[in-house]
Amino acid sequence: MSELAPVTGIRNRKLAMWTFIGSECMLFATLISTYMVYRGRNLIGPYPHELLNVPFITVTTFVLLMSSLCMVLALAAMQQGNRRQARFRLFLTAALGLVFLVGQFYEFNHFHHEGLGLSRNLFSSTFYILTGTHGAHVLGGVIWLSTLFLRLGSGPIDAERIETVEIAGLYWHFVDAVWIILFTLIYLLA
Amino acid sequence: MAAGHEHASTRFYVAIAVILAVLTALEVMVFFIEALRPVLTPLLLIMMAAKFFLVAAFFMHLRFDGRLLNVVFAWGLVVATGITLALMAVFGRFS
Repeated sequence: MSELAPVTGIRNRKLAMWTFIGSECMLFATLISTYMVYRGRNLIGPYPHELLNVPFITVTTFVLLMSSLCMVLALAAMQQGNRRQARFRLFLTAALGLVFLVGQFYEFNHFHHEGLGLSRNLFSSTFYILTGTHGAHVLGGVIWLSTLFLRLGSGPIDAERIETVEIAGLYWHFVDAVWIILFTLIYLLA
Repeated sequence: MAAGHEHASTRFYVAIAVILAVLTALEVMVFFIEALRPVLTPLLLIMMAAKFFLVAAFFMHLRFDGRLLNVVFAWGLVVATGITLALMAVFGRFS
């Protein structure tokens, strides 16, 4: 049972998720810092401008943005008590997240075939670790949303369950927000 | 904000998503325009910040939620940005 925190007036689970998100900002900051510090200091190729495919990544970025829309609409459907719409939108969110992951897998596979192994150069190490960590977060979100989709098949739609979807949504939107930064820093400012 | 209370209408969220999509398209357009190369970095950073703000404020409902949640997130964000800028400065990325 989620209870009101005595001082803050905010439910503990929600406050905990926001605190977690605050700490995640610092995790990604260290990875982004490492990427930015070593950017353009490769001694051997392949180099980023030879590999990065902006049009392709723009499509996967768009997919992730639309998944965020589905997520926020799933929460709205929950708040309206519309189970069918909420489940459908949760399913769409997870499916779009999966499409993003398939895109990332395709990109990694392509880079690998072009000779960009994990320890090939400074770009490969920092790029794979940074985008791979983000991808792991997307995978975690997809699993979480899929679980929610299944669990919402039965039982009442009460405040507790609405809050559960809201918290999962916070995590998903954060993952989307991080990608907004990575898309610009890695692909457009390359 | 009570868990069962709606924050905004469906139309509003769709409008935010459309703005995000348009900003992404603009980012890519700017990237491919040679004439904008001298101002590429500030332009892209401004659009990136705008998109980040839209997601945090409206999709994550910070605009509608309590001040404490804004402070918790802003604190993490400020420290994270500070870490990044400090490390870049230490390693001479601004010189």
